[in-house]
Amino acid sequence: MTALQEVAPHERAGVRREALYFAVRNGKLMFGFGLVLVLLLLGLIGPVLTSGTPNEYGPQPMSPPSAGHWLGTTTFGQDIFLQFVHGLRSTFAVGVVGGGIAAAIGMLVGFVAGYRGGIVDEVLNMLTNVILVIPTLAVLLIINAYLGIRSVAVQGLFIGLTQWPWAARAIRAQTFSLRTREFVDLARMSGASTWKIITREIAPNMSSYLFMTFILLFGGSILIASSLDFIGLGPTEGVSLGLMLQNANQWSALQLGMWWWFVPPGAAITAIVGALYVANVGLDEVFNPKLRET
Amino acid sequence: MRRYFGRKLLIYGLTFFVAVTVNWLIPRFMPGDPVASMVARANVTQPAAAEAMRVYYSNLFGFDQPLITQYLNFWAALFRGDFGISIWLFPSPVSSVITTAVPYTLALIVPSVLLSWVVGNRFGAYAARRKLLDNTVLPVGYVLTAMPYMWLAVLLAWAFGVIAGLFPVAGGYSFSMRPNWSWAFLLDLLHHWTLPFLSLFLVALGGWAIGMRNMIIYELESDYSNYLAALGAPARLIRRYAFRNAVLPQITGLALQLGVIVAGALVTEIVFAYPGLGSLILNAIKNKDFFLLQGTFLFIVLGVLIANFIIDIVYVVVDPRTRAGMAGAQA
Repeated sequence: MTALQEVAPHERAGVRREALYFAVRNGKLMFGFGLVLVLLLLGLIGPVLTSGTPNEYGPQPMSPPSAGHWLGTTTFGQDIFLQFVHGLRSTFAVGVVGGGIAAAIGMLVGFVAGYRGGIVDEVLNMLTNVILVIPTLAVLLIINAYLGIRSVAVQGLFIGLTQWPWAARAIRAQTFSLRTREFVDLARMSGASTWKIITREIAPNMSSYLFMTFILLFGGSILIASSLDFIGLGPTEGVSLGLMLQNANQWSALQLGMWWWFVPPGAAITAIVGALYVANVGLDEVFNPKLRET
Repeated sequence: MRRYFGRKLLIYGLTFFVAVTVNWLIPRFMPGDPVASMVARANVTQPAAAEAMRVYYSNLFGFDQPLITQYLNFWAALFRGDFGISIWLFPSPVSSVITTAVPYTLALIVPSVLLSWVVGNRFGAYAARRKLLDNTVLPVGYVLTAMPYMWLAVLLAWAFGVIAGLFPVAGGYSFSMRPNWSWAFLLDLLHHWTLPFLSLFLVALGGWAIGMRNMIIYELESDYSNYLAALGAPARLIRRYAFRNAVLPQITGLALQLGVIVAGALVTEIVFAYPGLGSLILNAIKNKDFFLLQGTFLFIVLGVLIANFIIDIVYVVVDPRTRAGMAGAQA
């Protein structure tokens, strides 16, 4: 949890500089973002530098990691390193789309419910709770199975549409505590509209919290997408880390002892999501002076 | 208290209503026609026979009636426990297909959820006050929570099943056995259950430990802890109060996590080919069995709702503030 800081606009630049000062000295933050950055660069640059398409069948099936195939090959001779770097791309894409959409809806619902209160809050809260109780994966399963969603973007969209409730809840609670502060009262008295108060007064004062929410949603989207891919509801075009796991499982990589097929994709998902969590703790320490270790 | 339960019941009722409606809507608006695909699967060459089949199936599933009647029929059938008929395992009813799978899923989920919650909270509470433990629990916890369920399952199956050969990596029981109530069969069940259980338990464990650790640190820095310390209360007592207060949000967290845990169990079952709901869903998807998919979806929603309701009741028992509302006191 971040403590909410009340800051007048002209002081924000100073706070930002101070945050940056602590950010570069925070080991957890640097480690987390560093690891994510390395994997992101691998996903961005890898496919450009390597040649060939990731699902192309090769002449050397089932070979362990070697100089020719850095991460070995599948039972069909597909190069795993090539699949891996392409898979990283779609994993990040699904995180950005899913996390972004979920954060946007969560913010909208949370701000409006928390700021307006009353009947608007009741209705939005009810909606949030209803969606919160329905198991997300079950919903995504039937949507996917019926509509046959087969692209990363649409998968991200649907994950975003189902993942926002807890973000909305958390943001609503924070907005609740902010809306009775003096500076919000002042803005209201000077006749600012609801939209303006939310975007100019409330949102900037919890920007760090919003950023952290987005990071968690980003990680969550990646995990959900990998589960969907694993069940066989992933994109049919291209590759993703979850699809690699699915193929490895389906073609008995386990029984054949082909660890190089299922270790890298799972390790990459774990590394990305774990690094995001660690970075989030670091961010918390940066924004919340109480948590800083001396 | 009445207000609290009234509100909760309203939300559960609404959720169930939404879930049922979505469930009813989807096969009617999806591209493709389940009846047509069933007729196609039957491989009937004569057009007249195919038409007769189409009419028969349309009748069977009630697709020939007006939409509103279909909708009401769907609800009525639901209350009779009738989820329709499976296409994949035609003609066995969906409800009987599901009830053979449910015990396996429950046997995985219930112990792993409860044990990971209890053990995770213990570990987290200890970690909050021992630097050495904190430095190990925290990183391990983050790695565990960040792991996709199926990947940990695959790793465990590989390490303990394929390399060490200690546990079987597929199925709910040995192929040579028939389900019965003998000790040999129960042992065999337990043997097959261990790895799927362990993978679910471990992934959930990390999250609870981290949550509890953060909560306890927060409670130990709060005013009442400082006040107690200033009064000279023993550290043990302060920690006990802190634990009690920190456990409350963890109970709420349990309710919120339920849907995720169910999802985890589903993919874990697929890795181990465990004969529960997860494997059923996989087969339903592969065979385009819309009715089975609908049935499992409703069943999962119902399960999550019931579990949530139980947690709500537990919450009232442990949190005096919700009880205070009953006596008319201000919460």
